Amino acid sequence: MKGHKIKKYIRKDRVIPGFDLTMGISLLMLSFIILLPLVSVLVFSFKLTPTEFFRLVTKENILNAFRTSILCSVIASFINCFFGMILAWVLVRYDFFGKRLLDGLIELPFALPTAVAGITLSKLYSDTGMLGKPLTILGLKVSYTKLGLTIALIFIGIPFVVRAIQPVLENLDSQYEEAAYILGASKAKTFFKVILPELRPALLTGFGLAFARGIGEYGSVIYISGNSAKEQTQVVSYIIMQKLNYVDYASATAIALVMLIISFFILLFINILQICQSRRTNHV
Amino acid sequence: MQENKRKESKATQIVLITISVLFITLMLVIPLISVINNSLSEGVSFYFKSLQTEYVLSALKITLLATVIAAVVNSFFGIMAAWLITKFSFKGKQLLATLIDIPFSISPVIAGLAFIMTFGRLGWGSNYIDKINEFFGTNIQIVFAIPGVILATVFVTFPFVSREIIPVLNAQGKEEEEAAALMGASGFMIFRKITFPHIKWAFLYGIILCTSRALGEFGAVNALSKTRGETFTLPLEIDALYLSGSNDSITSAFAVSSILVFIAIAVIIVRNIVEFKAKKKLEHIES
Repeated sequence: MKGHKIKKYIRKDRVIPGFDLTMGISLLMLSFIILLPLVSVLVFSFKLTPTEFFRLVTKENILNAFRTSILCSVIASFINCFFGMILAWVLVRYDFFGKRLLDGLIELPFALPTAVAGITLSKLYSDTGMLGKPLTILGLKVSYTKLGLTIALIFIGIPFVVRAIQPVLENLDSQYEEAAYILGASKAKTFFKVILPELRPALLTGFGLAFARGIGEYGSVIYISGNSAKEQTQVVSYIIMQKLNYVDYASATAIALVMLIISFFILLFINILQICQSRRTNHV
Repeated sequence: MQENKRKESKATQIVLITISVLFITLMLVIPLISVINNSLSEGVSFYFKSLQTEYVLSALKITLLATVIAAVVNSFFGIMAAWLITKFSFKGKQLLATLIDIPFSISPVIAGLAFIMTFGRLGWGSNYIDKINEFFGTNIQIVFAIPGVILATVFVTFPFVSREIIPVLNAQGKEEEEAAALMGASGFMIFRKITFPHIKWAFLYGIILCTSRALGEFGAVNALSKTRGETFTLPLEIDALYLSGSNDSITSAFAVSSILVFIAIAVIIVRNIVEFKAKKKLEHIES
């Protein structure tokens, strides 16, 4: 009761100055730079009738693009969860030569422009490229296929997963692990029954972030994928760009609306996870 | 921690470290080396020559302009938003924080589309621009012109600075500011003397992240910029060079890319330094 009163008091008379100013400026800038442009997309797409909207977004090549984007992003995110888990584990638990270098390199896909990553991967995995040549001899074609697309998405997604898991692993209370160990659980059992459940929210957050990035990715995938409608290597962002170049704004906004709805749900999912996670840590 | 390390067998450690190093080498290091390798494939003089063409210099100018404006605007916003979110409690705070993060989770191509739908021929904003132009006798264009490129760059880098500062301020709490305010310090004074020293490094790192992303933005700018040599940024120039398809132009594309790679490496190094400083400060406080 007393705490409640104090809280109310603070809310009414804020001691620190600047609430009105910062609130005003933040809302103004947010509205003009982020919200208004996005609302324009919504307004324009709501001008379409529902039947027209469905006709536009259910065209064969657009459905294929959604299929390709979602499928490749999911596969890439799963692979990233597996390797991201190992990387985070190694970086948090072990000491070895070059650890800081490894830790710094993880950040590379964040810092490298997507177009640079795109042309580099495309050249690297082309039939004459450094990695493409040996793979072609093995009978594996990477560039201009969904495999290449997935590799590009693994490249850009890996830091999301590692950076989501790392802090949680660092702050993990070791007493549960010790208890499990003392009670005679094997290392594998301790990992799967004690550590993994604690990491699950972080792992899912990393998955969500990597997936959200992957599904909208443009620069790093358009060169390696080849963008062929026949081979179904067109991604959604490429289709939007193509429609923009043809001045087909109705299709572009309709597809963008579907993408925005998907992004919204991923964002919601990640937020709920993070709230759960902070509740959990506060609880402990 | 120490006990955890002892419990695991050496063999598991070696296997896991090897997997990590192999994965990073294959996925990240080899591509990095191959950029440099490709950019030098026609010799050093060709490398420098391809950096000095008219198109590249014009793209460099546009890129720097957009980057500087994005860094300034987003630094200002970042400080305002971080102060608001960490120093006060109000309804809808979580929603506000989520809205600020929107540019992280939507495709940059959609950001470009959004500006076309706002200021393009069909957008509601174009009427206002026309009126302003009529009134002042100017000829301001937004879409497919430099202002559009700048707006798109500001959009995609919008949350970078606030995102770095907010966790630091949250960890610091607001007792110090409250004490200063009760003793009669003005808002600006509190910020300068108390808050800013805490966020110095996070703020710097936020600006660096914002800059590196602004330099490399591709999708959003691609939708809004169509004239090579006039409104193209470096990534668009790289795209144009690479798609020209001749061996020379592809090498030039990698040469221009190598500049952005060097910047990326510098950003990573600075990040490590900033993190190191923050850690040292934390130890200092604890001891």
